[in-house]
Amino acid sequence: MADRTKIPRPRPTPETQHFWDGTREGRLLIQACNDCGHVYFPPRPFCPSCSSRNVDVLEASGDATLYSYVINHRPHPGFDGPYAIAVVTLAEGPRMMTNIVNCDQTPDALQLDMPLKVTFERLTDDITLPYFEPVGDAS
Amino acid sequence: MKPGSIAIVGAAETTELGKIPGMSQTQLHADAALNALDDCGIKMVDVDGIATAGESPINLAHYLGIVPTWVDGTGVGGCSFMLHVRHAAAAIAEGLCSTVLITHGESGRSGVGRGGFGGGSASLAAQFESPYGPMGPPSMFTIPVLRYMKDFGLTVEQLALIAVIQREWAALNPRSSYKEPLTVDDVLNERMIAYPFTKLMCCLVTDGGGALILTSAERAADFPTKPVYLLGTGESVETPMVSQMDDFTSSRAFRVASRKAFAESGVHHSDVDHLMIYDAFAHLPIYGLEDLGFCERGEAGAFIGERHTAIGGKLPVNTNGGGLSYMHSGMYGMYALQESVRQLRGTAAAQIEGAKISVAHGVGGMFAASGTIVMSNEKP
Repeated sequence: MADRTKIPRPRPTPETQHFWDGTREGRLLIQACNDCGHVYFPPRPFCPSCSSRNVDVLEASGDATLYSYVINHRPHPGFDGPYAIAVVTLAEGPRMMTNIVNCDQTPDALQLDMPLKVTFERLTDDITLPYFEPVGDAS
Repeated sequence: MKPGSIAIVGAAETTELGKIPGMSQTQLHADAALNALDDCGIKMVDVDGIATAGESPINLAHYLGIVPTWVDGTGVGGCSFMLHVRHAAAAIAEGLCSTVLITHGESGRSGVGRGGFGGGSASLAAQFESPYGPMGPPSMFTIPVLRYMKDFGLTVEQLALIAVIQREWAALNPRSSYKEPLTVDDVLNERMIAYPFTKLMCCLVTDGGGALILTSAERAADFPTKPVYLLGTGESVETPMVSQMDDFTSSRAFRVASRKAFAESGVHHSDVDHLMIYDAFAHLPIYGLEDLGFCERGEAGAFIGERHTAIGGKLPVNTNGGGLSYMHSGMYGMYALQESVRQLRGTAAAQIEGAKISVAHGVGGMFAASGTIVMSNEKP
């Protein structure tokens, strides 16, 4: 049985704190550049595309599609059985690593480009992780 | 470097000094870098060389949005930046890059985002990848391949065949870790490590080492060995986070590094007699053949299937058996270079008759970094 306390804990920095504050409130926060319009993740207080410091935090819709994954078969104390380590493409453009939850961890159930929606799981008082689940009855 | 030929044109420190609890160590590098750009009126996109110490230059290049053709992570303590200036001068004089950014940032008092090389548990990878359970290269380096397979129709059988063909090469090499013949079924029926990769599609874990000695071509004549001349070199980095690669079907670091190496060498792909592509996992030769320009996008699986990279093929690849069958101690790039040297000296176990030009292409991290060396046993 998975021991969720064995999941590596992110340690926020001043530049990423807004992201973790957001997930605690059930919001997925990304960033956008006011000068060139580039939408990006992970967090930085400047635009990685044009170097401008004129950037804002933006709430993502939480809609995404499955870009790629592996199903890890080696045992990890924080996870049950083989589990998928996935990368999703957010509707707004950026990609992020995640797990696909509420879904069988099999190649049949995990089809590339399937639509996904963000969901959140509280890990500690400080850290809530964003996960993604299939949209509709795909599970 | 000719005296007076290289200049420092931008210089700045972090916006604040003293006690800066509001910035991580990585951001201190970035803050200083952005201020230095402002100082001389250029943008990050103008920078094509990066050097830093105490922080991974891969992390920093990705964080800042730099596509470098020159990378220096020399870390020898507090004087690292003097060495970076010297290395940068040589690199610019040689045309490896045109504009170098050298950064320092250290949260020495506040200790925000410290944790050693890479940033420890406060690094972006630790915050945004580690919680999802990746367990080192077998479950990270492998993540892009399903996207490649869907976009280009590559099959698991084609992926398995790469391990089979490299085992054929290994069988000719008495120093190979594994020599017994394999079939595609053997590979596919092995234990699953990270779907779609079975154990035989993953590199070995062995012990070993290697070393090289370089000198000028002029001095090489005084040595008893047959010289292997460098014709062209290239390097780049993309991202420390596999999830943040631009495109899961192609490596930007592979493309940038190899393009630079081929351009410098003046060698055409059709002139290459021998190729080493660092094969930490079975998909690496696919990405390498395409990103280095030996195959069109999506065609490397079929190219290998037609046995062009196998014994007797027109482009022998990984002739020592590779990381999949020869050996892999962790940083295999040294062994790829060793095999290129052996082939060009004419001393390889699976010697390619008359080999004159060899290319060794290496990878670091999970598609994070790349280096390409074009070599010959004849002076151009």
